[in-house]
Amino acid sequence: MTVKVTTTVNGKPVSGDVQPNTLLVEFVRETLGLTGTHVGCDTSQCGACTVHFDGKPIKACTILAVQAEGHQVVTIEGIGQPGNLHPMQAAFQENHGLQCGFCTPGMIMAGIGIAERNKGTSLSEETIRAELEGNICRCTGYHNIVKSIAAGARDM
Amino acid sequence: MTAETGIGARVRRKEDVRFITGRGRYTDDINRPGQLHAVFARSPHAHARIRSLDTSNAETSPGVVAVLTGADLATDGIGPLPCGWMIHSRDGSPMKQPPHPALSVGTVRYVGEPYAVVIGETRAAAQAGADLLDPDFEELPANVDTASAQSTAPIHEGIPNNLCYDWTLGDEAATDAALASAVHVIELDIVNNRLIPNAIEPRAALGDYDAGTDMLTLYTTSQNPHLARLVLSAFVGLAPEHKLRVVSPDVGGGFGSKIFIYSEETVCGWASKRLRRPVKWTADRSEAFLNDAHGRDHVSKARLALDANGKFLGLKVSTIANLGAYMSTFSSSIPTYLYGTLLAGQYTTPAIFVEVRSVFTNTTPVDAYRGAGRPEATFLLERIVETAARELGMDPAELRRKNMVPKDAFPYATPVALVYDTGDYQACLDKALALSDYAGFPARRAAAKARGKLRGIGLSCYIEACGLAPSRLAGQLGAGVGLYESAEIRVNPTGNVTVFTGTHSHGQGHETTFAQVVSSRLGIGLDQIEVVHGDTSQGQFGMGTYGSRSLAVGGSAIMKASDKIVAKGRKIAAYLLEARPEDIDFEDGVFRVRGTNQAKTFGEIAFAAYVPHNYPLEELEPGLQETAFYDPQNFTYPAGAYVCEVEVDPETGVTRIVKFTAVDDFGQVINPMIVEGQVHGGIAQGIGQAMLEACRYDRESGQLLTGSMMDYAMPRADDLVNFDLDVVRTDCTHNPLGAKGCGEAGAIGSPPAVINAITDAIGVRTLDMPATPLKVWTALQAGSAAVKGS
Repeated sequence: MTVKVTTTVNGKPVSGDVQPNTLLVEFVRETLGLTGTHVGCDTSQCGACTVHFDGKPIKACTILAVQAEGHQVVTIEGIGQPGNLHPMQAAFQENHGLQCGFCTPGMIMAGIGIAERNKGTSLSEETIRAELEGNICRCTGYHNIVKSIAAGARDM
Repeated sequence: MTAETGIGARVRRKEDVRFITGRGRYTDDINRPGQLHAVFARSPHAHARIRSLDTSNAETSPGVVAVLTGADLATDGIGPLPCGWMIHSRDGSPMKQPPHPALSVGTVRYVGEPYAVVIGETRAAAQAGADLLDPDFEELPANVDTASAQSTAPIHEGIPNNLCYDWTLGDEAATDAALASAVHVIELDIVNNRLIPNAIEPRAALGDYDAGTDMLTLYTTSQNPHLARLVLSAFVGLAPEHKLRVVSPDVGGGFGSKIFIYSEETVCGWASKRLRRPVKWTADRSEAFLNDAHGRDHVSKARLALDANGKFLGLKVSTIANLGAYMSTFSSSIPTYLYGTLLAGQYTTPAIFVEVRSVFTNTTPVDAYRGAGRPEATFLLERIVETAARELGMDPAELRRKNMVPKDAFPYATPVALVYDTGDYQACLDKALALSDYAGFPARRAAAKARGKLRGIGLSCYIEACGLAPSRLAGQLGAGVGLYESAEIRVNPTGNVTVFTGTHSHGQGHETTFAQVVSSRLGIGLDQIEVVHGDTSQGQFGMGTYGSRSLAVGGSAIMKASDKIVAKGRKIAAYLLEARPEDIDFEDGVFRVRGTNQAKTFGEIAFAAYVPHNYPLEELEPGLQETAFYDPQNFTYPAGAYVCEVEVDPETGVTRIVKFTAVDDFGQVINPMIVEGQVHGGIAQGIGQAMLEACRYDRESGQLLTGSMMDYAMPRADDLVNFDLDVVRTDCTHNPLGAKGCGEAGAIGSPPAVINAITDAIGVRTLDMPATPLKVWTALQAGSAAVKGS
């Protein structure tokens, strides 16, 4: 049995027939072919699948595709493109905030969320580190990710 | 131009754009028409005989295409997974290598070991089928413990005491004499905790067989695709080498765990051939925990002999290393040639003897994990040196300085088979002490005490050996492969360049670093250079990326190929400019007749080579394309000094790193930004080992207790601090780049610095990793109880 999901992804209406237990991340990767959103764990720990859901970062492995019905989903592909980068994407490149790139889309989506939640305040290293608790990187030791998010937030 | 883009420039990475925009292409992002999905049936027991396996219900489950077992592998002549390094025991006998079939037959020996595969039209169908497999297991006694493995029931037939080999290195008599004559002998029991690598991209494989061409393409998450092709072809028998293409596209971290040849890629390739359809598998994180090769897991006893002045006289080490249930691809070499050989560290200890017994247990196979043997050696050495300083009442920095190989003593031959080419260990230590304000520590400690906190400071002076070489020596020591690297430079007719490397980048930034090397050498911009890796159908044979080898060995091959391009270009320019080749200078991308303004640009020479209308065709072939293989004369020896400062809350045992300083000598650095990133990541993994990470098995059942990211503590942003880095530079003397390698240093140097700092803070002699708050608090309580009782 499949169900039809109709939602908006990166500003475009999309729909697909999926099993009811399909996760949003599976819908995004497999049905829509948007492979920038990654799966790094089975337990909602790593944050590699972070997308924006009605403007807020969520882990796309924690909700079902059918729950996106009628909502706005934005993935890494939707925030900026080569030649027209989002300030947070540019900050990650400028500050060497990535190595293997696998956690990076989730880090950038989470980083934008951190910047937006703390808008109007001076974003401290401590705040960034605390709010990045749900995203795991094995390559960078976070040093340059923290720096990237601080810089990206300044430019947003 | 090249000053901004060449060697030494802090260039932004060329590969970043695809990653930050979600356009990376990892193995799981690749799908092929008609693709099937594989789900592996894995042992729920640590040790069991498979009495029977009823596959009938699985076979008839909707959407299941095939159920395959180890018997089917054997029928098709797919051999066991080999270990590529032969170690001999002290009595000269070869190591005991049990067969390691890709799907086990008859007996399973660790939790998670695959014994069957179900292949379905969808992953869900394959999973539903796998759930209907009906195995009848007879549980057998299991042992997961390293120290007692030699006295538990054998887990492989014909391997008594679960002993793979009993290997030694060094002069035992001289070391015993040193211990006998010493004024001080420091003894320490040291455990190096077992770790699970956890690259954030799980392993994946996609076999795609084309019956029309008899060509099998295997997309897989490999650090060394050519080596995977060689092993899968020559040893496993998957396909002849020319009929097997291995592609490892973007790979999301490896840290060693993606070097090895595992069951799953073998099975996906084989099943695709058998079923004539593409077969895909992507690990979930649970499978990664259960099946990716683990790291470390040593239990050691060490004795350090010192004279009355604190000079090291001898070091004797006895280590038991856990190999897991089977031998992984390079597992035998890690606790031997990558461990015992490093026990001199930065010091002039004249006599060293090490014995290593590697044992089988009912656990996941253990192999190289970032640092591989060298962190274990460094932890042991830097812990016992620190302990010696404390027990002799000496400043730990002074004791180290007193025993360091002096700057003017290179090349320096150690008593454990290595010859260090160059280094300046004192300079690293001096710089690290200054940068960490070591002198100001007593005041900070006093200030912390006034706030009710305990501060400690710890040093670690490490050495590592990178770019394992030369091939001749590696062969004599038992390696089954060569350890050179290859490069090919294809200059295109319009003058831009495609560089093929046999190394593989999975986060290291080779597409930028190697382009910088070529930019410096050929005088062309970075945007004129494309670096290609990870596809056996594109580049020539290469050995891949591990052991911090890529720049020192692979970069040197690129230098060699670049020199050949310049040499041929000079001949072409000489012809066009009517001069002798020896009178042509090449600088900043221009060939010029010396002392004249007669010149041709690199682009003009490239065009002439491919459109040879005016060209010395009688003497020179058209085209401008060169290959090189570079086999180093020696290892490279990065070294450094790390200082960790911690603050412990005695009420809770919660330990915070307040400052971490790392001074490294990597020789010539191509891109300081990338190198700093490598050090950051290494330190984070080292701090993870020291404070957070521990792989735990239940001792009774053999079940993996730390099988998810909710149970295994991965370092997170709020566990760490910013790191203070600096460098000292002494160039490697035997490669053309003077480069030493930087990928593993952080993971090697940091664990002892952390534990030395914590034990200093809380005033205990030993503390096993990871130093969790509970362990620190318990140690503090025991300490205060001892004080109260005395």
